Amino acid sequence: METKKIFCDITKCVGCRACELACAVEHSATRDLFLAILESPRPKKRIDTQFIEKDVFQSIGCQHCDDPPCVEACMASCIHKDKKTGKVDIDTKRCVACWMCIMACPFAAISRKAATENKALKCDLCPERECPACVDSCPTRALYHEARKDWAKREKNKVLIKK
Amino acid sequence: MSREKLKDKASIKILEARKSEGMETIWDRYEAQQPQCGFGLLGICCRMCNMGPCRIDPFGTGPQKGACGATADTIAARDMTRQTAAGSASHSDHARDLGHTLIAIGKGTVQGYSIRDPYKLRIIAAEYGIKVENKKDNELALELGERVLQEFGKQDDSQLTLSKRAPKRQQEIWKKLDIFPRGIDREVVETLARTHEGMDQDYKNLIQSTMRVSLADGWGGSMIATEVSDILFGSPKPIRARANLGVLKEDEVNIIIHGHEPTLSDVIVTASQDPELIKLAKEKGTKGITVAGLCCTANEILVRRGIPVAGNFLQQELSILTGAVEIMVVDIQCVSPGIAQAASHFHTKVISTSAKASIPGVEHIDFREDNALDTAKKIIKIAIDNYPNRDKTKVIIPKEAMDLVAGFTAENIFYHLGGKFRASYKPLNENIANGRIRGVAGVVGCDNPRMGSGSSHVALVKELIKNNVLVVQTGCAAIECAKEGLLTPETAIEMAGEGLKEVCKAVGIPPALHLGSCVDNSRILIACTEMVKEGGIGKSLDELPVAGAALEWMAEKAMAIGWYFVASGALVVFGTPMRISGSQAVYDYVTKDMENITGGKWAFEEDPIKAAHLMIDHIDRKRKALKLAPMMYTQSYTVTGHLPSE
Repeated sequence: METKKIFCDITKCVGCRACELACAVEHSATRDLFLAILESPRPKKRIDTQFIEKDVFQSIGCQHCDDPPCVEACMASCIHKDKKTGKVDIDTKRCVACWMCIMACPFAAISRKAATENKALKCDLCPERECPACVDSCPTRALYHEARKDWAKREKNKVLIKK
Repeated sequence: MSREKLKDKASIKILEARKSEGMETIWDRYEAQQPQCGFGLLGICCRMCNMGPCRIDPFGTGPQKGACGATADTIAARDMTRQTAAGSASHSDHARDLGHTLIAIGKGTVQGYSIRDPYKLRIIAAEYGIKVENKKDNELALELGERVLQEFGKQDDSQLTLSKRAPKRQQEIWKKLDIFPRGIDREVVETLARTHEGMDQDYKNLIQSTMRVSLADGWGGSMIATEVSDILFGSPKPIRARANLGVLKEDEVNIIIHGHEPTLSDVIVTASQDPELIKLAKEKGTKGITVAGLCCTANEILVRRGIPVAGNFLQQELSILTGAVEIMVVDIQCVSPGIAQAASHFHTKVISTSAKASIPGVEHIDFREDNALDTAKKIIKIAIDNYPNRDKTKVIIPKEAMDLVAGFTAENIFYHLGGKFRASYKPLNENIANGRIRGVAGVVGCDNPRMGSGSSHVALVKELIKNNVLVVQTGCAAIECAKEGLLTPETAIEMAGEGLKEVCKAVGIPPALHLGSCVDNSRILIACTEMVKEGGIGKSLDELPVAGAALEWMAEKAMAIGWYFVASGALVVFGTPMRISGSQAVYDYVTKDMENITGGKWAFEEDPIKAAHLMIDHIDRKRKALKLAPMMYTQSYTVTGHLPSE
């Protein structure tokens, strides 16, 4: 079955960066905000709040593309797309830190794991959670965790209602 | 999640019954707020100017400075300083109103008030340098009122009068650090100015301002509020009463007074005893009028008049949700907007009385000293007239109501400890020195759904008294412990450790003493000062084997209280940190370095048992430094070799 992905409704995003903090905490050793900021190396977020234009923001991470440029670019073949679920994953052990994936990603969704650790890092859809931490944390409920077709329906309805 | 820690049976009963009817409470709203903003929690969101809001990335990848260049240290310290100033302002503004009441009594323009403790009026007037000989009460009231109000606007650099009560060493430290309080309003204004954009940026200097503005509260505003309240409404004496929602009556007109100032509540209590109003209530088919208090209003009328306590902060909505309350009269502070929503489900009328605190959707009756009694009678009449609207089928009054003893003060504690003929702090100091009592702990503050919804106080006090630490309490923490029977000798003495049990039995006091409302934390400062004066257990406040905790702190007022204790040399434990965790430097400064500066320091610990052990460790270190006798009996908790060397 196709995996649920993370979508951002840009009409609701206020650019508060709550998703970024929740992401970093979820991917920390302690999973506690007050302790995570003291960890070394400090945990890193995999989602980014981007400024689009005046008063318009979006929270964006890995899109788990249909035809992912990162998979194409990865010379160590450590990034792969699951044929069944469509999820794009990094096999960190095989990463050689060539950063071709970072160059190739059109969403700037891949980053370096830590200054001390030369590995590529991106959204893993929080495998240990039912709903990703960023989606749970969003105070305006701008982030959605759902199947692509459900999201498409929601967006279509919005346009239809507006008209 | 936050509901699970709630232990109070009466509250749970109401909550469960009303939840099925779709009524929302503070726990639902708190849950709906989760997860809360991490930048806010860590204190690294700066909203001081219109280039912002600016946020520091606590994980180091994003911005480390605000637009102006402010670092996490500046932002966290600046925000904490401002919050403390707001807390200090709240207590002090409360004190100012009492000063005005004193003047109004002097001028004879009040209704329903008099000087109930003329003896204390003379003592305090003399302390302010007023000649008391051959003067009538109202003359002195006028003079003292005017003198007290001068403390607010004082512009010279001398120290506030009551702060001269502090032990010599504390005053020396304050002088050295340049943090002794000068004028109450001045310290608040100066703090606001210093925290403006582009002003004070060094966190250490900002914290100097935090301490000064808090001292203006503890040894200024709050202390004035306590002393003047005693003069106006009588000094408390130990008194028996009952606490929890079970004090409401099914067959009587129920009136709840909620807020903080004793001015309103005292006159309502008086008016509720008016034979004509009681007759009117009986004509409506009731058996009489019940007045009960909530929050610190409850404490003010409890310690002075033995009025029953309906509950603490988290029970304000729940008391309305019993469906048995005719009116809730509120004045200032800790009055949640949620009460108006709760009242909309029932016949309950909420009435606001302070021009400074208006609530949307609530009837306002302006309360002034010159027609206080008439206003109080009018309010009670509204309650009586509202009784027939009570839907008896919807009423749920939990049966829980616990006996308690309240009304201890810094003046009367020694009377009880020493007895009539040898009234002094000597018995307390001796029992601490000889190892029967380990030390003294203040357990005070709010109740908060973020923490244990009150349950942390109960667990903390039980652990402390089990380890022979005498506990003094104020505020909502005191009410929570009262509901669990910790404030009555009959039930609580058995929970105390051997040594403390012996002392409490001999004297006939509970092991946890109720000292009053949150401004009455100043009584704890005075009691500690008296312990220093008596001698033998430390020459200054920072040497005493004492500690304080407000685990479930919620209000900015709690920060002011915590800071004036830290600045006076005490260890203060909060359950969750003040919003400074985003700055390691500020966090370390207040939790570690501070001990070398004022002798006091902060600690943050959410687990009440661990918090108790933290406090006991601190008390044991002080005992060791003073070379006091080892504890007389085996202690349930002792440190096994992990005392940090100091």
